[in-house]
Amino acid sequence: MRTIRIGTGAGFSGDRIEPSVELAKHGEIDYLIFECLAERTIALAQQAKMRDPHAGFDPLLERRMRAVLSVCRDKGIRIISNMGAANPVGAAKRTVEIARELGLTGLRVAAVQGDDVLDILSPDTFHIDEENCALRDFKKQVVSANAYLGAGGIVDALIAGADVILTGRAADPSMFLAPQIFEFGWEMDDWTRLGRGTLVGHLLECGGQITGGYFADPGIKDVPDLARLGFPIAEITENGNAVITKLRGTGGCVTAATCKEQLLYEVHDPKRYIQPDVIADFSGVEITEIGPDRVAIKGGNGFQKTGSLKVSVGYVDSCVGEGQISYAGPGAVARGRLALDILHQRMELAGICCQEIRGELIGVNSVFPQAEPADDAPGEVRLRFVVRTDDLATAARIGEEVESLYLNGPAGGGGVTKSTREIVAIVSGLLPEGHLKTHFDMMEA
Amino acid sequence: MLQLRDIAHSRTGDKGNISNVSVIAYRAEDWPILVRQVTAERVRDHFGTMVRGEVLRYELPQIGALNFVMHDALGGGVTRSLALDPHGKCLSSLLLTLTIEPTHT
Repeated sequence: MRTIRIGTGAGFSGDRIEPSVELAKHGEIDYLIFECLAERTIALAQQAKMRDPHAGFDPLLERRMRAVLSVCRDKGIRIISNMGAANPVGAAKRTVEIARELGLTGLRVAAVQGDDVLDILSPDTFHIDEENCALRDFKKQVVSANAYLGAGGIVDALIAGADVILTGRAADPSMFLAPQIFEFGWEMDDWTRLGRGTLVGHLLECGGQITGGYFADPGIKDVPDLARLGFPIAEITENGNAVITKLRGTGGCVTAATCKEQLLYEVHDPKRYIQPDVIADFSGVEITEIGPDRVAIKGGNGFQKTGSLKVSVGYVDSCVGEGQISYAGPGAVARGRLALDILHQRMELAGICCQEIRGELIGVNSVFPQAEPADDAPGEVRLRFVVRTDDLATAARIGEEVESLYLNGPAGGGGVTKSTREIVAIVSGLLPEGHLKTHFDMMEA
Repeated sequence: MLQLRDIAHSRTGDKGNISNVSVIAYRAEDWPILVRQVTAERVRDHFGTMVRGEVLRYELPQIGALNFVMHDALGGGVTRSLALDPHGKCLSSLLLTLTIEPTHT
């Protein structure tokens, strides 16, 4: 049975670069896929594009392309990535420029578009799920709206002969599903195979999270050589079953346990993993170790797609001010608590208008709010005081209040840091897929 | 008395204001213990005020895993939470402190 090999070049925007180069050079892969868009990245990228029309794509695009373009051209490896973010055309143009600099004449780069739906959302019929209201009644400054595209646009670009395909918002698994559809000629209503292809995409999309990254717990779950973690390769057969593996000699491990953790990562009902192309069913998946760093994945399934696309709407939510200060030695926890009490009082006394306040001691209760310090209380704590405000000027006062603890607070506070930020947040809704049109532009180096 | 960490491993994922935490048995023979003792109610109690919405449990017997889906669990959502760990990445390690009674099945 025919097999294709897909490798993950990045599992998030800031991911390591060398593992993708190793995969391109030695992985004998057919496709190298970079997943670089988090939930709100595109909203921030949209703001960057508003300031500069040439910006709005992934800031690491240039470094990643320079690292892999030549070797991928040599070996006939096709690249797919959502590094286009808010500006796939800009990303493709930049990639073509880099290809020319590298002498890769004739390299074909496609920019898949259609995900930016800000101008076509109906204020009356587009429903915001989190707020349970129509877009018209959502009283916030909306900065972006992007639909999660399925595999179709990427498949079209592959058919047209693209060597590199850059998208904006696409469903992460769809970037991996597209080459499977293209190579194996799967029909777009072959729900079982689309479900299996989505399963493979889901397992690969976070890169090293299936090869031993995000897994180690010393003494219980040991993972070798995480500093040189190898990224995953899937060997996929025409029926959609796959083996997950990695390059020999790289760090990490591929085991049934690493695959099980990744199978359920960011999954809700495993019978209904809703994607643009299919509702994938992971409930019957079987995971079997068949060799060192080789795990067989079988039993994925799928059901007819919903016909709707999820849309992420980015909006300006609020501002946040934060300050931190450390206390150490005997009584550190008590002094930290005293400082928190003072800060809470100061918000009222100084008349600082707060939407939401969070005060905590890192080392005691910053992750788990109801945690109590053990008898052997930590020898040092770091106070963190963070407040949601209406504007940046108010947010700046939070750090000032923390800083004033130097001279006005408990003994021995040190190392104040302070910051402010504007929060662009995300809400979501559903859009019938017929309301948008996916297309691509092809450019040649 | 055991800790859940002795028989299972776990990973947290996030979508908006929903956190999911998997609990996966190291050994197939411990799967019935997970099913019986790691209930949605116990998970909800364990996280206390952190989880404000409902907790749903899904079972995947063929890989010995449970998946807990916890609503309204991330301080308003990853993109706007004030928490130091807005993704709730640390929740899996916290859940593994749950106590387990060793039983024979």
